Amino acid sequence: MSVADVDEAVAGVRDGMTVGIGGWGSRRKPMALVRALVRAGRRDLTIVSYGGPDVGLLVAAGCVRRVVTGFVSLDSIPLEPHFGRARTSGEIALTEYDEGMLHWGLLAAAHRLPFLPIRAGLGSDVMRVNPGLRTVRSPYADDTELVAVPALPLDVALIHLNRADAHGNGRYLGPDPYFDDLFCLAAKQRVLSCERILSTADLVGAGPPQTLLTNRSMIDAVVATPHGAHFTSCVPDYGRDEAFQREYATTGWDTFRARYLDGDEADYQKAIRQ
Amino acid sequence: MTTRAEVCVVACAEAWRGDGAILASSTGVIPRLGARLAQLTFAPELLVTDGEATLLRDADVEGWLPYRQVFTMVAAGTRHVMMGASQLDRSGNSNISCIGAWERPRRQLLGVRGAPGNTVGHPTSYWIPRHSPRVFVERVDMVSGAGWDRGAHEIRVVVTDLAVLDFAGPGRTMRLRSTHPGVSVADVVAATGFTLTIPAEVPPTREPSPAELRLIREHLDPDGLRGT
Repeated sequence: MSVADVDEAVAGVRDGMTVGIGGWGSRRKPMALVRALVRAGRRDLTIVSYGGPDVGLLVAAGCVRRVVTGFVSLDSIPLEPHFGRARTSGEIALTEYDEGMLHWGLLAAAHRLPFLPIRAGLGSDVMRVNPGLRTVRSPYADDTELVAVPALPLDVALIHLNRADAHGNGRYLGPDPYFDDLFCLAAKQRVLSCERILSTADLVGAGPPQTLLTNRSMIDAVVATPHGAHFTSCVPDYGRDEAFQREYATTGWDTFRARYLDGDEADYQKAIRQ
Repeated sequence: MTTRAEVCVVACAEAWRGDGAILASSTGVIPRLGARLAQLTFAPELLVTDGEATLLRDADVEGWLPYRQVFTMVAAGTRHVMMGASQLDRSGNSNISCIGAWERPRRQLLGVRGAPGNTVGHPTSYWIPRHSPRVFVERVDMVSGAGWDRGAHEIRVVVTDLAVLDFAGPGRTMRLRSTHPGVSVADVVAATGFTLTIPAEVPPTREPSPAELRLIREHLDPDGLRGT
């Protein structure tokens, strides 16, 4: 189940698919897999993400038709420049949800439920800009009106963890699992990239069991991508590359792409060290 | 000499007074210092994070709070957030999503983030570092956070660089509660793009005590990130 490289890992992603991406903002994003999608020239993707430069890169490269998110941010740089430009030019569609609604949509898909009720969204313009959203009334005595967040089933989930074995048992070592397990549970095709692939015994022996976020039933392909979350953070292996992120945010797309993305992942890793 | 930033830190801290053992979330240097000051002084039960998943008591780690648990606290109502806002109206409807028509905005901002859930789930306050008519508007372009007139749980206070405002005006609309030392009522009115409720007597925002000033300057922010 482990595969040779990132290009093989994303080979099953087709134009028009719905792709969920783990991590949060500019934190532990599967950037090597995202770069592979850019190289593959995928089109018309719907991206579901707690958005960061994963969304920005894919939008800038013309891979995206729709983004489903509550925010797109680089954390230390609050606004994502490529996403912002695509919104003001009208070239992408947006499904704008509250962060908790996104969580609930993934949880509904993971549980094979058509929707889950939530308070978030009531009274806000999230209801106005998503005219397809419906509310439901509690069938119990409280009779509360709630938003029915529709399930967000994914064709593909892409996540990046610190360690894994070749079967898809995966461990996060940083402070937050984010929603990576839910992205996998909501998806048909699940791709895990990681800093290092270990034997199952070494993986299990290296930490407490509750930090094993994925088990092998949740993952279809595993690929080792050392430094593969760059330039987002992947603590404790490495922090965010703030200088590089500034360069990303302030460099014209064509220049950035020629400098870093025209070769393969090995070329990228070489280029960022120069 | 007490600075405006120090007055603002204390005004932010005051927002959490009496909240008990709930999560005090914030965006920005001044509200973060306010939450930590409140925890160190009159609100010791408050939970404060490092901005990621670690709970801190003063500077020491005391627990773990990943995003999924934050979401649960949002839904449970055991949180009081002080958010920023690019636009805010008299009922406390806020916008952090975009400027202009949502369908094709003039400027894309962060997105609604957790504002819809926060505002209907638990108390919300706002920190506005530059009080201006561009922020305090008749109508926000995109209601990210619901105000009192749209079913908010509780919009408590708005702290700005000029004043503290609450929602004790008619029909829970914005009222000037206090002006910071050196700021006149006229200054606040001129910087607000809608009609505020102004009481006959507008007191000054309380100044930091000597103990609070010492904590801010020597312990919480020795590098002066709060500005002046």
